Amino acid sequence: MKKLFSILSVLLAFTLVAAACGSDATDVVDAGTDAVEDAVDGDDDAMEDDAMEDGEHLGDGSLGVVTVEAGDEIQIRSLEAISGDVAFLGLPNQRGTQQAVEDYGQIHGFDVTSGTGLDDLCSADGGQAAAQTIVADEQVIGVIGTSCSGAATAAAPLISEAGMVMISASNTSPALTSDQQGNAGENYNEGYYRTAHNDLFQGAAMAEFVFNDLGLTTAAAIHDGDPYTEGLASAFTNSFEELGGTVTGFTAVAKEDTDMTPVLTEIAAGSPEALFFPIFQPAGDFIADQAPGVSGLENTMLLAADGLLVDGYLELEASEGMHFSGPDTRFGENKNQSTGVSANEFLATYEENNGQAPEAPFWGHAYDATALLLDAIDAASWLDGDNLMIDRAGVREFLNGVRGYEGIIGTINCDDFGDCGSQKITIIQHLDSGDIEGSKANVVFEYAP
Amino acid sequence: MTATTVSNSGSANEPLSIDAVSKGAFDFDMRAALTSGLILALSLVFIALCGIPEGLNERLLIKPVLSLGYLSLLWLPLLFGWLSGNETVLEGMVATKKGARDIVRGLFVGLIGGLGLSLLTVLMDAFDLRDPLVNWSPATEEVLQFSRSIGFGVIAWPVLGAILGAFGAALHVMPEKIRKAVMAGLGTVLSFAIFATFIVDVADFLDDLLYARRGGLKWGWAIALFVIGAGASFLGGGRKISEMKSSYQAATGPAKRQQTTTLILLSLAALIIIPLITGKITQELFANIGIFLLLALGLNIVVGLAGILDLGYVAFFAVGGYTTAVLTSPNRGPDFEGFPTLPWWGALLVTIIIAGLVGLFIGAPVIRMRGDYLAIVTLGFGEIIRLLFLSDWLNGWFNGAQGITNVPPADFGFFSVKGTDPRSVFYLVLFFAAISIYVSWRLERSRLGRAWMAIREDESVAEAMGINTVNMKLMAFVVGAVLASFSGAIFAAKVGSIFPTSFLILVSVIILVVVIVGGMGNIMGIIVGSVVLIGVLGGPKQPGLLAEFSEYKLLIYGALLVVMMLKRPEGLVPNARRSRELHQDEFLQDAWLKGEVDTDDDMVDPSTGGEGTVAPA
Amino acid sequence: MTTAIRAKGAAKTNVDKFLTLLRVLLIGAISVGLLAFIAQQIDPGNAFAKWTHDGQEANRLTGEQFKGLIVSGLSQGAMYGLIALGYSMVYGVLGFINFAHGEVFMVGAFTGFIMSNKFDEAGLWEGGAFIPTVLFTVLIATLIATGLAVLMERVAYRPLRGSPRLIPLITSIGVSFFIQNAVILLFGAGAKSYPPNPDWLQDDWILGIEGVKIVVIIVAAISMAGLWYFVERTKTGKAMRAVAEDKEIASLMGINVNRTIVTTFAVGGAMAGIGGMLWGLLFRSVIATTGFLPGIKAFTAAVVGGVGNLGGAMAGGVALGGAESLAPLTLLEPLGISGVSQLRDAVSFVLLILVLLIKPTGLFGERLSSDDRA
Repeated sequence: MKKLFSILSVLLAFTLVAAACGSDATDVVDAGTDAVEDAVDGDDDAMEDDAMEDGEHLGDGSLGVVTVEAGDEIQIRSLEAISGDVAFLGLPNQRGTQQAVEDYGQIHGFDVTSGTGLDDLCSADGGQAAAQTIVADEQVIGVIGTSCSGAATAAAPLISEAGMVMISASNTSPALTSDQQGNAGENYNEGYYRTAHNDLFQGAAMAEFVFNDLGLTTAAAIHDGDPYTEGLASAFTNSFEELGGTVTGFTAVAKEDTDMTPVLTEIAAGSPEALFFPIFQPAGDFIADQAPGVSGLENTMLLAADGLLVDGYLELEASEGMHFSGPDTRFGENKNQSTGVSANEFLATYEENNGQAPEAPFWGHAYDATALLLDAIDAASWLDGDNLMIDRAGVREFLNGVRGYEGIIGTINCDDFGDCGSQKITIIQHLDSGDIEGSKANVVFEYAP
Repeated sequence: MTATTVSNSGSANEPLSIDAVSKGAFDFDMRAALTSGLILALSLVFIALCGIPEGLNERLLIKPVLSLGYLSLLWLPLLFGWLSGNETVLEGMVATKKGARDIVRGLFVGLIGGLGLSLLTVLMDAFDLRDPLVNWSPATEEVLQFSRSIGFGVIAWPVLGAILGAFGAALHVMPEKIRKAVMAGLGTVLSFAIFATFIVDVADFLDDLLYARRGGLKWGWAIALFVIGAGASFLGGGRKISEMKSSYQAATGPAKRQQTTTLILLSLAALIIIPLITGKITQELFANIGIFLLLALGLNIVVGLAGILDLGYVAFFAVGGYTTAVLTSPNRGPDFEGFPTLPWWGALLVTIIIAGLVGLFIGAPVIRMRGDYLAIVTLGFGEIIRLLFLSDWLNGWFNGAQGITNVPPADFGFFSVKGTDPRSVFYLVLFFAAISIYVSWRLERSRLGRAWMAIREDESVAEAMGINTVNMKLMAFVVGAVLASFSGAIFAAKVGSIFPTSFLILVSVIILVVVIVGGMGNIMGIIVGSVVLIGVLGGPKQPGLLAEFSEYKLLIYGALLVVMMLKRPEGLVPNARRSRELHQDEFLQDAWLKGEVDTDDDMVDPSTGGEGTVAPA
Repeated sequence: MTTAIRAKGAAKTNVDKFLTLLRVLLIGAISVGLLAFIAQQIDPGNAFAKWTHDGQEANRLTGEQFKGLIVSGLSQGAMYGLIALGYSMVYGVLGFINFAHGEVFMVGAFTGFIMSNKFDEAGLWEGGAFIPTVLFTVLIATLIATGLAVLMERVAYRPLRGSPRLIPLITSIGVSFFIQNAVILLFGAGAKSYPPNPDWLQDDWILGIEGVKIVVIIVAAISMAGLWYFVERTKTGKAMRAVAEDKEIASLMGINVNRTIVTTFAVGGAMAGIGGMLWGLLFRSVIATTGFLPGIKAFTAAVVGGVGNLGGAMAGGVALGGAESLAPLTLLEPLGISGVSQLRDAVSFVLLILVLLIKPTGLFGERLSSDDRA
């Protein structure tokens, strides 16, 4: 009986491996013919890996080794803001992760699952509570998330202490990584990585654009009480003053505000030539809508950031003529080197699955983050009999060493403090609410530190 | 249209035997049953359109058969079936005999409810209303069709509804012993299925035994558990517990005191030991329950004892959190430059003082106001305080939107409390909860406590009795504020950072629900309320055991508040005096029917009525 | 705790002293802010302005900007007023705050959103079809809001009539929460946009004021007048007032109390429905939480004007809208407070506290039955 069982399980494992290779190939054929070559290459790698039974792998075992039993799945998690008013940011990230897991296929013959998507609620306590659930499951190797920097502040220490890794697609706070001068941020934790840009530069880029390119000398900024928007708005005003401009106003709205006349009048009293409001919808709608009607702001240049660089906003007539700063999203035919899927292929699948295009620009970051994590698991794992062993330290070692990785978002290099994303900021000018794609490609300014 | 089809199938050839009761099996109030069936149908459609079945479908309860998503629909016909057989038994009237008639009625109600879902299944197939209704989606449709075909769904829902409705009603007909056994069996299965994470966390070895890999009870075990639960109840397991309970309640004097002490010591020991053997999920859960228990205990003094409806209670939580953070973190606002950082316990002392002062400051202007004005004004204060912490104006102190990060762990030398170690947080919370419970318990029996209750019952009368209502109410505010600030201080150390978004109005409302569902003015009730609500459904940003519920949590909290207020305003664990206040009319009526209108004392529940010597009623 | 009881006489005056101090401080701060504002309007570089603005000159508001503030305050206030009418009527008749009234308003706005978008797809939200379509949408939004208000009364409040006064208040918080979250689950959490208004509505009509704002103010005034006529001149209105005065006696006089209460809810709901639709036209965006804060502020408006007093509710709404719009810039900013617009909600709550401290019966006095005045 026992013998029969073991024979069966070996057979099963064998068929699984075979099936995986097969399915990989077919997936990619569906996705596009030019991806086939990559996929075949990838498969070859996978076969070689499978062949090396207990061969080389990254890691020294210092953070422990996870055993995935035959027939089980490799566990990773997605932790994003998927409910409430920030769901537009987190949902595309979560879906990006899910799609990457599907596209990537198996690792050494083992399936990967991202489990039920967890919610960081875009807040510190929400992030901590969710992280606590994640670390309680010792099978989890890594987390893709969080959506909001505040949530990461509380979640990262837990994930780090558990020996897991965390790769965020949309945290931008410098405190989570470093100031890019070699000093760790206040909330840096080992095992924390991100494919999003570091927000040191977005404010600076916008300031430089306004002062140098547009030649404007007075500007004002509005934030909405969110750490992200407040940080960005003050980075902008600081840089603008450093460049020699005058900041005529710095104020805030409440997220629920609808009547923006008072706040716009407050700004108008200083008669700025440019107004930067890196906030979110719906407050952003009201500002764009009501600003032209406020005396003193008729000719003020309106500027916003990636929070409003979403289709729902660009569709509004009132947003025409505005400038938006954000990560470089001209992904075009960039391909993720691990899955061979290009940005356009991703978007096609996304629309098919979810009935709409992603609402926020970080889906590519989430996709690449996931592919990176899976590559890291691949490099840090080996087969021990029927079981897969994954060295936690190896996963970090791999991620620390990422250089020249080709992803959807471009070339990815991880620095010593987990900043992996491209630091390139672009500013686009939005001309026509009927042609959103055209506007997104209409880059008028590029900034790379 | 639905109505006609239904009444046809209802009144035509049902193969049930009728002769059980003197009245015919169909001789029930058809109109009432129809109304109840339509309400059921609407509720089911509402739940389906809220996306609850679809959203919870991933969570399997019993491996291939039942998911939480389906349970979210199926419990309703059962409940309505049961309710349809319910009737208010008035004092002095003989209850009608239960029989086949009730079962048919339950079946009828369930059938109409099921037909509602059938209709929805058909409509979803025919029209596309996804534009306004986000859950009018293929995913919901698939759930409604049981992943098979539209025809299957259309037939299955009424059948299921009818069976469950009839079963619910049949619970009335069964002999009590069997009914209890059935309920106990169902309860056992559901608890094991729903509390899977907790049970596995406590007793790891049960994981592979009872549960399928990452999801649901194995169905064989589900049946076994049902049999065990039902058997235990049938053989009298439940009776023993209730006997013990009643003997405890009957005891008086030193015997009771001794028993109480033993009970308290035992539960304390259990609470200290349990986190040692469980995993992090349970520890985190306990810590969260504790944090909200502390808040609820504080609010209980304000609302439950003094009868002041404070809707801005979160303000004191925020003050506690922020004061601690500002005093301990190196990352506070720049205006504190040069001010030394304190250890956590040192900061706690300052926090208590500041919270008390804020309590006085907020309390003073509002205590003279009418109860409902007071509610709105305190709500306003709650918002004002949050806005001040958030504002650019006080940026220099509280860092505005950026919050205060790097709040150090609470260090006691031998033992340090930090968020990464939920067990330590729990022990700290336990310590403060014990203090708060003791304080609440003593206060309730003190002169101050009696003054509060007198104010709650009738302020003018209390004033006339010589109670300084202004001072007493202020005192309630201050005590409540201090208890909340404990919670805030622990929260700061636990999360390690403090942001204004943690202190929304929502928190006040959830604590209020905890207090009300548990039972205003009753410490035991508050504990039960926190464990049940925060433990199972979760706090404002903390998941409970049913983590999948997070999206629907607030809807459920809202509904619970309404249902409790309508059906059981005194809460799950009522306070005797409080419930007498709430049901004054009924008590008087009952008493009148019994011919005892002159004596008022015998209405007091002997279990808790011992101390009922407060206000000269 | 015993000291508190012993020190009864002295402590009472202490609280009074504190309250007097608070009144003086609040009024003082307002006066200083106002004076500073006037001073900086005259001379932005005056010493006080420089001191409060870290050595920089203050910004002066132009007349045009001032007008913008007033108009925006008025139109926002008109909407608060419309919602406040419902609060005020229910409070007048039943003596409890229907916390969920703001959600009725939100549901009105949501109905408007759904219908207007469907009409827009059909090409009926522009040109000659616009006016009849809007009127029809308003009608439906009003009907749905009315239905919701009546349903609320039937399900949640009627069974609680006669229970202690905080019980229905707590229930209404639950109802408010339930409706808000039901809307989130049914229609999604994001902000929903109305289709754009035709240009003529967005253009300036008179004095450089946008047409849509004028429409809002006029519709609010008409609704108010209609309601006044209904309450003061019709038989049902008379019954309402009678029930507000004394339910028992009213029922003895042959008034159907239940029906009158339902009518009260219905009329309040209708006002909220109209308000919701106007909101949609004015801001062209609605979200599930749209009703919550405006609802609370509308109650504030009702208290400011004097609860139970219909004219007062409208005036209170306008006063509150004006204060919210003007106070941050004319009172707080001159004091050197930064980010004043963030404190707008705080302004309305402080106004509420101030009114309750100085004139607890509201600016125009309350009209309540005797037992509600307790």
